[in-house]
Amino acid sequence: MLTDDERLAIEREVEDCAHKREACVGALRVIQRSRGWVSDDHLRVLADMLDMTPEELDSVATFYPLIFRRPVGRHVILVCDSASCWVMGYEDLLRHLQSRLGVGLGGTTSDGRFTFLPVACLGACDHAPSMMVDDELHMDLTKEKINDILQRYA
Amino acid sequence: MAERPLTGSIRPEVAPDISAYESAGGYEALRKAVKGMSHQDVQKVVTDSNLRGRGGAGFPTGQKWSFVPMDEAAPREKYFIVNADEMEPGTFKDRLLLECNPHQVIEGAILGAYAIGASRAYIFLRWEYRLAEKRLEQAMAEARERNYLGKNILGSGFSLDLRIHTSAGRYICGEETALLSAMEGRRAVPRAKPPFPQVCGLWGRPTIVNNTETVANIPPIIRNGPSWFHGLSHTGDAGTKMYGVSGRVGRPGVWELPMGTTMRELLEEHAGGMRDGYRFRGLIPGGASTDFLVEEHLDVQMDYSSVQKAGSRLGTGMMIILDDKTCPVGMINSIIRFMARESCGWCTPCREGLPWLEKVLRAIETGDGRPGDIELLGEHARLLGPGNTYCALAPGAVEPLQSGIRYFREDFERHIRDKRCPWR
Repeated sequence: MLTDDERLAIEREVEDCAHKREACVGALRVIQRSRGWVSDDHLRVLADMLDMTPEELDSVATFYPLIFRRPVGRHVILVCDSASCWVMGYEDLLRHLQSRLGVGLGGTTSDGRFTFLPVACLGACDHAPSMMVDDELHMDLTKEKINDILQRYA
Repeated sequence: MAERPLTGSIRPEVAPDISAYESAGGYEALRKAVKGMSHQDVQKVVTDSNLRGRGGAGFPTGQKWSFVPMDEAAPREKYFIVNADEMEPGTFKDRLLLECNPHQVIEGAILGAYAIGASRAYIFLRWEYRLAEKRLEQAMAEARERNYLGKNILGSGFSLDLRIHTSAGRYICGEETALLSAMEGRRAVPRAKPPFPQVCGLWGRPTIVNNTETVANIPPIIRNGPSWFHGLSHTGDAGTKMYGVSGRVGRPGVWELPMGTTMRELLEEHAGGMRDGYRFRGLIPGGASTDFLVEEHLDVQMDYSSVQKAGSRLGTGMMIILDDKTCPVGMINSIIRFMARESCGWCTPCREGLPWLEKVLRAIETGDGRPGDIELLGEHARLLGPGNTYCALAPGAVEPLQSGIRYFREDFERHIRDKRCPWR
C-alpha cells in the first residue's frame, strides 16, 4: 500500500510527537505529495499509523481545503479572492480563467491538467491580484500574464 | 530616518543568513537573557515595554505571559507558539518578516519560550508561505549549529526544541484556540474560554500563542530595554508597527513606521496617494475584520486607542482602500463571502448567519435587492456581534458590514431602487 519512502517520511513526521495524531496533517501531506491526493485506502492505512480511527482522520482531512480527498489535476491553481484582490479586478480575471480552462472553481480541466480552487488571502495584497500554481506564487496578474503562466504548466 | 528594529537590517535582494543577523546585533538578546536574566526578568522587561499583540486583538504581551504558572507546582511541559498563519484579507506583513528576517522571529520564539519556561516551541505556518518555510528551516539549522537552539543553549542549562507546523489552509486556524485544536490533529474548531490557553492550552498544558510580528519585537526589546521601545512610538502605544496599504494607490506596500503614524501619512506619503483617475472613498484599517473609516478620519493616528475612538480597530494595521470606481456593496460582499466560506461551522449564528448575509448582499449587488434588506443586514450584524459565538470570526466579519451600511447607505439604497449595481 505504502512505498518505503512514504512509510519512512510518515514515521519521521510521527517521531518525537507526544501524541501521534498531532502529525496527521504532515502525514496526509506525505501521501498527497507522492500520489496527488488521499484515497480512502490510504486514509485507512494512515489512520492506523496515527492511532486514529479512519473517521477521525477523515474529519480532519476534509476540514482542510489543501488536503485533497478526490483526484486533482497535474497542477493546482489557487486563486486569491480576498478583499484586496477583489478590489484590484479579481472578478474579471476569474471570468478569464474560467473561460480559458473551461471549468469553474472546484473543477478539473477535461485533460487533467489543472484543478482550479479558491484560496484565502495569499498575503500578496501589494501585488494584487494574485494566485498560486502548485508551489509558485504569481502576482500583479493581468489576462495576458495569466495566458503566459498557464502555458508554462504542461 | 526613524529606527526600524524589525526591518532595518533587511536587504530584500539578499537571502538572510545568520552572520549578517549576528553582526547587526542578532542573538545578543538571547545571550543576555539566558546568561544573566531569570524567566521573570524577561517577562518584566516585556511587560514594562507595553508591547501589545500585533495579530489584531492588541492584548498586552507581558500580561498574557503573566498568566502562565511559573511556580514549582507548574506543569513541566509548556509550549510557546508563533502564529504565522497569516490569512487576514489585506494583511501581508508577517510574510515579509518570515521571508526576510527569519532569525529575528526565531530568536523571539526562543526568548518567549525562555520567559515562560517552555521546552518546546512551534511556528504555526500556513502552507502557502513556501519561501518562508524554506528560509525558516535554513535559519533554524544555522541557529542549531551555533547552539542558539537545542540542548543547553549557550551553556545556560536552558534547552528548547523548535519546530515548524505547516498547516493546510483555512482562515480559522489563525484563531488562537482553533490553532491549538489544529496542532492536536483535530478539526480546527475554536474552544470556549476559560480555561485560557495560558493555563490550559496545547494538550492541556500552559501555552502562549503570539503573532509573528509580536514575537519579532521581543529580541530588540530585551536588548535595548522598555524605555527605548516607548521612544520609538508617536503615541502611548509603544514601538513601531508594520503598516501596509493595498488597493488602487500609487505604491501599495508594507512599511515599518512609528506606532501612531496617521492614516493620511500612510496613504499619501508611503503609498503614493490614489492612482490617477481614482478618488478615495474609505478604508478598512486593519484587515477585513475591522470597521470602515472615511475621509474625516484620515488624520487619526494608527494606534490601538485612537483607531478605536474613531469607531474601528487597529487590527493588523494593514489598510485596504476603497476607491470611487469600486462598488462598496461588492467589496463588502466579497468580505462576507470569504468569512462564510472560512467559518468553521461550529457555532450556529456564524454557520447559518454568514451565508444568509452573503445571499442578501449578492441579491442587492445583482439587482434583486428588496426594500427592508438593509434593515435585515443591520439586524443580522447585531445578532452576529460579540457574545454569541466562541470566537471573533463572526463579530469581526460584520464590522465592515455595519460600518459600510453607515457610510455608504446611499449606495445600498441605490442598488435596491435601481435594481442594479451602478458600477457594473
